[in-house]
Amino acid sequence: MILLSRVADCLYWMSRYIERAENVARIVDVNLQLLLDSEDLNDSGMASHWMPIVKSTGDEALFARLYDKPDSGSVTDFLTFNRENPGSILSCILAARENARQVRDKISTEVWEEVNRLYHFVRAQNIKRIWASGPYEFYKQIKQSSHLLQGLSDATVVRDEGWEFIQVGRYLERADQTTRILDVKYHILLPSPRDVGGARDTLQWMAVLRSCSAFEAYHHIYGADVQPWNVADFLIFSETFPRSISFCLRQLSESLRRISGERHRYFSNEAERLAGKLQADLNYTSTEEIFRRGLHEQLLELQDCLADVGMELFEAYMFFPVVDPSKEDEEQGEK
Amino acid sequence: MKRNFFWQMIFAKKGSLPMDQNLLALSVMFFENYNRGDFFDEMFDGKSKPRPHYRRLYERFCNLSEEEFEQKRQAVDVSFMRQGITFTVYGDEQGTERIFPFDLSPRIIPRSEWEYLEKGLAQRITALNLFLHDVYHEQKILKDKVVPRWVVETASHFRPEFMGSRVPRDIYIHICGTDLIRDDKGQYFVLEDNGRCPSGVSYVLENRLAMKRAFPNFFHQAGVRPVDLYSQDLLATLRYVSPDGRERPVCAVLTPGVFNSAYFEHCFLAQQMGIEVVEGRDLVVEDDTVYMRTTKGLTRVDVLYRRLDDDFLDPEVFRSDSLLGVPGLVRAVRAGKVTLANSIGTGVADDKVTYRFVPDMIKYYLGEEAIIPNVPTFLASDDKERSHILENLPDLVVKAANESGGYGMLIGPKSTAAEREKFARMIKENPRNFIAQPTLSLSRSPTMCEGNFEGRHIDLRPYILYGDKIRIMPGGLTRVALRKGSLVVNSSQGGGSKDTWVLYGDE
Repeated sequence: MILLSRVADCLYWMSRYIERAENVARIVDVNLQLLLDSEDLNDSGMASHWMPIVKSTGDEALFARLYDKPDSGSVTDFLTFNRENPGSILSCILAARENARQVRDKISTEVWEEVNRLYHFVRAQNIKRIWASGPYEFYKQIKQSSHLLQGLSDATVVRDEGWEFIQVGRYLERADQTTRILDVKYHILLPSPRDVGGARDTLQWMAVLRSCSAFEAYHHIYGADVQPWNVADFLIFSETFPRSISFCLRQLSESLRRISGERHRYFSNEAERLAGKLQADLNYTSTEEIFRRGLHEQLLELQDCLADVGMELFEAYMFFPVVDPSKEDEEQGEK
Repeated sequence: MKRNFFWQMIFAKKGSLPMDQNLLALSVMFFENYNRGDFFDEMFDGKSKPRPHYRRLYERFCNLSEEEFEQKRQAVDVSFMRQGITFTVYGDEQGTERIFPFDLSPRIIPRSEWEYLEKGLAQRITALNLFLHDVYHEQKILKDKVVPRWVVETASHFRPEFMGSRVPRDIYIHICGTDLIRDDKGQYFVLEDNGRCPSGVSYVLENRLAMKRAFPNFFHQAGVRPVDLYSQDLLATLRYVSPDGRERPVCAVLTPGVFNSAYFEHCFLAQQMGIEVVEGRDLVVEDDTVYMRTTKGLTRVDVLYRRLDDDFLDPEVFRSDSLLGVPGLVRAVRAGKVTLANSIGTGVADDKVTYRFVPDMIKYYLGEEAIIPNVPTFLASDDKERSHILENLPDLVVKAANESGGYGMLIGPKSTAAEREKFARMIKENPRNFIAQPTLSLSRSPTMCEGNFEGRHIDLRPYILYGDKIRIMPGGLTRVALRKGSLVVNSSQGGGSKDTWVLYGDE
């Protein structure tokens, strides 16, 4: 079976955007809940709670342009409904559906209809009222829809090259999002140094775990004690937890090799080489080393490498000139 | 899309409807107040009894409560929305998507009537293909003055640069959508031929699925011929015209892209045929051969079912500003390395002035009379006919022959004096561009309007495939003008559609 480059690109981005929407929903949801445990926060308290979230999604400047100050209302709106923010949940879902629409003949009816349902859900007239009456329920719906889509594609999509591109998009995005969720904690300033290891610090690390659905899994392995290095160790290195960076990189490399038909430990393009190298580097790195060199710096480096993999993937399989036919199309006639 | 499709306009008249006593007991809900008016009603005959081929449906509907009917209707709407069978309203910033309204009450055609239509449609497409071959080669029909030379040479979709250029198996129109209407006596007429990129067939297939879901128990008793073979037939048609008769040709659907209102249909048909949907940017021409860009390199394409008008196909030849097309595509066509369906230049056959001569073509090429008649048509370019048009504007429908953008249509009985004056001026300035037809009283079909059945005007677009043989899908797209008294069936103007049932028998 042949796979058009454009189709590969659409499958990859559909999958990435859905995964991104899910992760943004996770981050916002957990931080809204974390606020419930905080004392009453003044403006600067609100800012130090929410700004790290904005930073971790990468668009501080845009936020500053669109809103007066960071608080629960502005940050959740920015990350959930703002169409000007390409990383908002709404923007991600619109983009995912636009990509899915172009490949609806390549995905199963079930997958298409769920993407379409999710689209109509977030585009409903009363969606902000639905959100206001229960943000938790709203974000749960987004996450569940993403999970449903994964289940549906596992259960109904043919395991051909196109399916591998769906996997590549998902795991590349998920690895990237896990680095960002971990990095949130770096930005959160504790009120004073003596709070390190205190109740608030622990609560924040627990929030990080919850953002990754890793709370139960962590406790299963490390017991009740939530320690920063254990959390980092788990979310970066776990071989078995499906949202850890290591796990995602392994899936990514395997899918890339299934696409090219390349043997294990070999590579046939830059995307494969970089993904494999990243995986090997991580395998020979310890948690101690990461903390010694700085968690934040290490996470940024990982994000850069993942972005390179994405670019090389585009070069290897999808590159073709981009045109915008929207204007012309209105003239061209079918009847 | 932009070429609006209008019907001639007529006015509804009130009149009471006597009911058959035996059926009265059944039809408490729906048909009690049904007024068939002075039109040809598809469902009820003159004595307001259901026609024999509607009797089973009538009885089923009479057993439905209003609530049940409403439930079914909503379920169908929700399912169209969920499947994304929608069109985008142009010019709406929110990108609002609407479903094409669907009416649950089908249009039914009995077997004998369909056999008549099939014969007429097959005759027509045969003549049109012979005409196109002739026009692009010897032009015998022009030399014999059966069709005036100026008709062809002034047609805006005539492509003289393709004179003498062969197309595989001499087929020009592979896929044709011929619009049919019925007058107040039930006589069918051809309103126009769509020999370029007729759309709408996916609605036919989806409407049928929706009806089966809505009436799962009734459907198999209704004796309806299936439409599901269309995609298979279309693929067979495309394969038949592979260049140089290449074995196992690679076929693909060429779409303008995701912004096109018919994009859903392009994907739908490709998926059903198991072939790729390609955009211009997915294709590249090397050595006059067309290739698709795939993750593993280039793959040759043999046949393109193109849903892109001639003007946009190739910026090297037609509109140089087109980003939708493929540079070099026309070279590949000329070199015989790729086949386009439909071929380039078929628009000369569905020009509204050419239309007037189709019955003459049938006689000239086939030695037969046209089985389905044309609507009587006056040409403004003929002096005598032009004065007839100008004298009778209030009673006629005037259409621009090469219209664009829905511009250039006058519905006489509904027009104002100022509009008529404007048209009279335009006709005198550019007679070649106008034709006129009498205002026909179109047939109506019971249609659910706010809880009651009311008569609404309909047309029919059957789909005809011309390959190793002529294949006509039983039925076609029935479009309905949902607004009271309106004859405008297209979706942006309050039009909807119905399932079209061709029966195995006559009842």
